Amino acid sequence: MQSIIDVRQVTKTYASGFSALKGIDLQIRRGEIFALLGPNGAGKTTLISIICGIVNPSSGNVLADGHDVVRDFRAARERIGLVPQELTTDAFETVWDTVSFSRALFGKAPNPAHIEKVLKDLSLWNKKDSKLMTLSGGMKRRVMIAKALSHEPPILFLDEPTAGVDVELRRDMWAMVRALRDTGVTIILTTHYIDEAEEMADRIGVINKGELILVEGKAELMEKLGRKQLILQLQAPLQAIPAALAGYPLALSDDGQQLTYTFDAQGENTGIDTLLRRLGEAGIDFKDLQTRQSSLEDIFVSLVEDRA
Amino acid sequence: MRFNWNGMGAIYRFEMARTRRTLLQSIVSPVISTTLYFVVFGAAMGSHMGGIDGVSYGAYIVPGLIMLSLLTQSISNASFGIYFPKFTGTIYEILSAPVSYLEILGGYVGAAASKSVLLGLIILVTARLFVDFDVAHPIWMVAFLILTSVTFSLFGFIIGIWADGFEKLQLVPLLVVTPLTFLGGSFYSIHILPPLWQKISLFNPVVYLISGFRWSFYGVSDVSVEISMGMTLLFLAACLVGVWWIFRTGYRLKA
Repeated sequence: MQSIIDVRQVTKTYASGFSALKGIDLQIRRGEIFALLGPNGAGKTTLISIICGIVNPSSGNVLADGHDVVRDFRAARERIGLVPQELTTDAFETVWDTVSFSRALFGKAPNPAHIEKVLKDLSLWNKKDSKLMTLSGGMKRRVMIAKALSHEPPILFLDEPTAGVDVELRRDMWAMVRALRDTGVTIILTTHYIDEAEEMADRIGVINKGELILVEGKAELMEKLGRKQLILQLQAPLQAIPAALAGYPLALSDDGQQLTYTFDAQGENTGIDTLLRRLGEAGIDFKDLQTRQSSLEDIFVSLVEDRA
Repeated sequence: MRFNWNGMGAIYRFEMARTRRTLLQSIVSPVISTTLYFVVFGAAMGSHMGGIDGVSYGAYIVPGLIMLSLLTQSISNASFGIYFPKFTGTIYEILSAPVSYLEILGGYVGAAASKSVLLGLIILVTARLFVDFDVAHPIWMVAFLILTSVTFSLFGFIIGIWADGFEKLQLVPLLVVTPLTFLGGSFYSIHILPPLWQKISLFNPVVYLISGFRWSFYGVSDVSVEISMGMTLLFLAACLVGVWWIFRTGYRLKA
């Protein structure tokens, strides 16, 4: 599939000598939702800022829909909408004026019908004449999105879009992002909320200390790196794992009431059947059992910790 | 898109709208404070003072006082215009938009200069209510008005980029520009100074601006109008070089 964003060997070293990005290669597919995960200071915002023209790369190049973001900056930036992490708004402007300003800034002729549609889609229509300083944080976040969509960009960057918003608004945002994707907009989001990426992303990139550790489809990532656990609640507590079961990756809880068996869900043989047979032979009875699959959060934490 | 007229126009209109919102501070306040000078030095004290170069004292100070407002307001408008988005963080939108540096400059400096020209004309009309004067060379007068507004708006833009706090924003206008304007012949001809101070005054760029502007009113000047115009253009060129360097390096705009 053709890339709509093509990042080639991008590095960024600040004047202080801090190396924020170390040779990033990344291709974003047209029409996908791509989540960029990483701990604080990993380089997520620097990478987005370089693509959007706010920060100069030290080396490498970026193409947005085939246009170099430095040499052909007009064509590249016309195609990009950016919702930054911080709620930065002109407090004394009205919603209508600030969204119209953004459209004109991006070189588009006035189109009140489009602005009206964007405001209605984001439930801002009844606030169109309100000054930004009178709006709640959640509403301001919507205004930032409306500004980014005002010039009808095919690429939308959302830098921590749901940071500091309540659960209901987060759900609304997720629905809005999906609706945008359905109209053909490519969405790249950074987030600290792993469940957000798990809920929405088609593909996931993990960045840490300026390096892109991994880029995978969400489903493949879960399959490849996801582990399953079988948790057995025992009838009687054990003092220790019996020697007959020493070959199994088992963990006994401190109170001896729970036995956890970790296995590869994608493996040819999970080993569950023989484990249960051995438990019976050893006279260990259980009253309940359950399985648990590792979440994206577990995968993310293990990836970042491995590289620490 | 060859030239982003819509983008430049958006910045220009945004800045002009800010003037409308802050009419008292942007227009009314400088007009009133300058008018007080006309009332005190022109109408009240001026009638008891002798003229300079054949011009009554009240009329003599009109060009200098207009220039005083023009310089301070051009710097103030342009520096605040670019500093405030940096302060609030909304500069991200300007930097990520398909606007070239020339268009950014056209929007911010164009608006600041427009406000200053408007202010200068309002003060000119207001002064006429208190002091009797004529404008001998109106085209030169308008030329100096526009050129000075643009030049000092560019200077203000540089200050706005350089400033990393509100104190620095006020530093140059208060501690450099206002003293230079007061010592640049706003209220007197530098010919009345002792010879040494006359020579020292010639290092003050504001002397040339006021002298040239006064010449356009009364045909009298401390230095020739050609030199005044030349020095104004030289300062304009210096500001353009400064702005070019800022944009080329991304100084305090882009990391």
